[in-house]
Amino acid sequence: MASPAQMEEYWRKTRNLLVTTLILWFVFGYVVHLFAPVLNGITFLGFPLGFYMAAQGSLIAFVLIIFWYAHRQNRIDQEFGVAED
Amino acid sequence: MQQQRDAFIANLGRIYGTYTGGFIGFVIFLAILEWLGVPDRIIGYLFVFLTLAVYAGIGIISRTTQISEYYVAGRRVPAVYNGMATAADWMSAASFIGMAGSLYLLGYDGLAFVLGWTGGYVLVATLIAPYLRKFGAYTVPDFLAARYGGNFARLIGVVILFTCSLVYLMGQLKGTGVIASRLLDIPVNYGIFVGLVGILVCSMLGGMRAVTWTQVAQYIVLIIAYLIPVIILSAQKTGVPIPQIMYGQVLQQITELEQQFGIDKPHVQPWVNYDAVNFFALILCLMVGTASLPHVIMRFFTTPSVREARTSVGWALFFIFLLYFTAPAYAAFAKLEIFQNVIGKSVETLEAVQQLPAWVFLYGRIDLVKICGVSAADPQTVFDACRQAGVTTLTFDPTVFSINRDVVVISMPEVAGLPYVIAGLVAAGGLAAALSTADGLLLAMANALSHDIYYKMIDPTATTARRLVVARVLLFVVAALAAYLTITAPAHILKYVAWAFSLAAAGLFPALVLGVLWKNANTPGAIVGMLGGYGVTLFYIVMTNTGAMEPWFGIRNISAAIFGMPVAFVLTWVVSKATTPPPREIQEFVEQLRIPRGPVLMEEARRES
Repeated sequence: MASPAQMEEYWRKTRNLLVTTLILWFVFGYVVHLFAPVLNGITFLGFPLGFYMAAQGSLIAFVLIIFWYAHRQNRIDQEFGVAED
Repeated sequence: MQQQRDAFIANLGRIYGTYTGGFIGFVIFLAILEWLGVPDRIIGYLFVFLTLAVYAGIGIISRTTQISEYYVAGRRVPAVYNGMATAADWMSAASFIGMAGSLYLLGYDGLAFVLGWTGGYVLVATLIAPYLRKFGAYTVPDFLAARYGGNFARLIGVVILFTCSLVYLMGQLKGTGVIASRLLDIPVNYGIFVGLVGILVCSMLGGMRAVTWTQVAQYIVLIIAYLIPVIILSAQKTGVPIPQIMYGQVLQQITELEQQFGIDKPHVQPWVNYDAVNFFALILCLMVGTASLPHVIMRFFTTPSVREARTSVGWALFFIFLLYFTAPAYAAFAKLEIFQNVIGKSVETLEAVQQLPAWVFLYGRIDLVKICGVSAADPQTVFDACRQAGVTTLTFDPTVFSINRDVVVISMPEVAGLPYVIAGLVAAGGLAAALSTADGLLLAMANALSHDIYYKMIDPTATTARRLVVARVLLFVVAALAAYLTITAPAHILKYVAWAFSLAAAGLFPALVLGVLWKNANTPGAIVGMLGGYGVTLFYIVMTNTGAMEPWFGIRNISAAIFGMPVAFVLTWVVSKATTPPPREIQEFVEQLRIPRGPVLMEEARRES
């Protein structure tokens, strides 16, 4: 088992990743849609962009965010030798 | 036994590949039967009974006498398959049939449901799933009991779990009943029992293990059933069979027609049905609720590792996404059909009324389409009603023309002029969606009773065999109770389902998240927080629904957790600060929870694995 100092560093990195992930979540879950009336003036793939973001764009972002998070967290786990065998 | 089981896991791809091929073959076979002149009703029966037989068959094959198999499928479900099972567990009759209809009615504002029911998985992946998997819980209250020292926290967890899941389960049983009654041409209450038999056969013998493999099979049926009609329709209307992209053009046509008809609530314009505050409040409550509903969380107890629990959430959301990003396309195609072939049409003469599309009368006969205030059962009825109401041309005004939200998905085969077999396929998909969610909910409730109440609180010395008997008996009792309540409950039960999200969000989320992130969260804090958050939410729902109280800040009670959640967080924090911090063992427990390496923490699960 790693030393307490290392464990603290591990948790610090894990927490930073968590905060970054939640910021991304907040941006795609809320912030983008605050601008929906403006974005609707732009056309994307034939869609008004504001509508597109709520109907597809943010959903794609959520899927990618989760896989990205899982990948990054796994790397942190390996770095500190706490990943499962 | 072990080897047999591993051979099964190793061959999952081939098994479910064959199954998918078999299902498509079955649909083609029914299409041939229809072409040969076999009556629709027989095809409906074949759809219901053959799919139910397959689900029940999987349940019987997966029967088990091991506790860890019964509660967490032996923790051997690979990430991708657990993702599929979670998607089926998650997507209910409301997602499958109702969501596209809500989007049709609400336009942009309905996308709050799409966003809320997907974004919540980011919270599941980062805050809930990996830690509860590491703990090795059998149920969500297990975790509350371990973290917050004792059975009182467990009991509160069980009560919250039970109330959220019960209303939700009633909604699913109702959905099952409605679909089975349409396909089999029997009363809805008999339909409920047909569905219930399928659910019980599947889950009683094999618990979580059986439910897992059945849900994977149900996901395959429901996603095929959802995608095929709208792909064909998109090819017909736009020449390209990718509805999710092509409906952008459809939205443009809708916008033009809206201007032509002078409709004041454009489909793509934000915040015309809900104001912005309610839109975002609803998204937050649905997201946090998603991350707190026990029947979803418990699916992530079944993966082989913490790492796979995380990726499994990604797969779950991917499989959910396939349906959710298609739903707005359904809504757009339906709206275009109605704008082009219904709105603006004359109803001045009987001949003109007869020119309306056939699906209007087909669904009018079962009260799902109303014109001039009456069910559009036949042209004569519509003609008479409109003459009496003084309506000469159909408008988008709901008093002149309205459809039930279910029509958007179930009428698509007729709108596209497809054979009955596709309508049967859609119904089979809806049935799969309702059954798979009901399976998960029923298991979550029965497990809370058998594991948390009976084993942990009443008789901790019970033998394995006895515990499994109790688990199965309770499963049956809960199913019977839910069926009884569904049959006697008022018709608008589906409305209550949305409340389950707020109750779970305010009652469970703060205790779960603070339990991992904040070592100093202690027993009194968590208990006061859970009771306070749940209490405030329930109070707000009851008071505003009965009209005894005006909504605060105009927030609709569907988003009641917007008040309950902060209350729960603040109470947990304040009370934890004011009382003694948790003992050293609990702080060490939290440290162990945070690292993936090492055995699961729950002692009982460790003994059995």
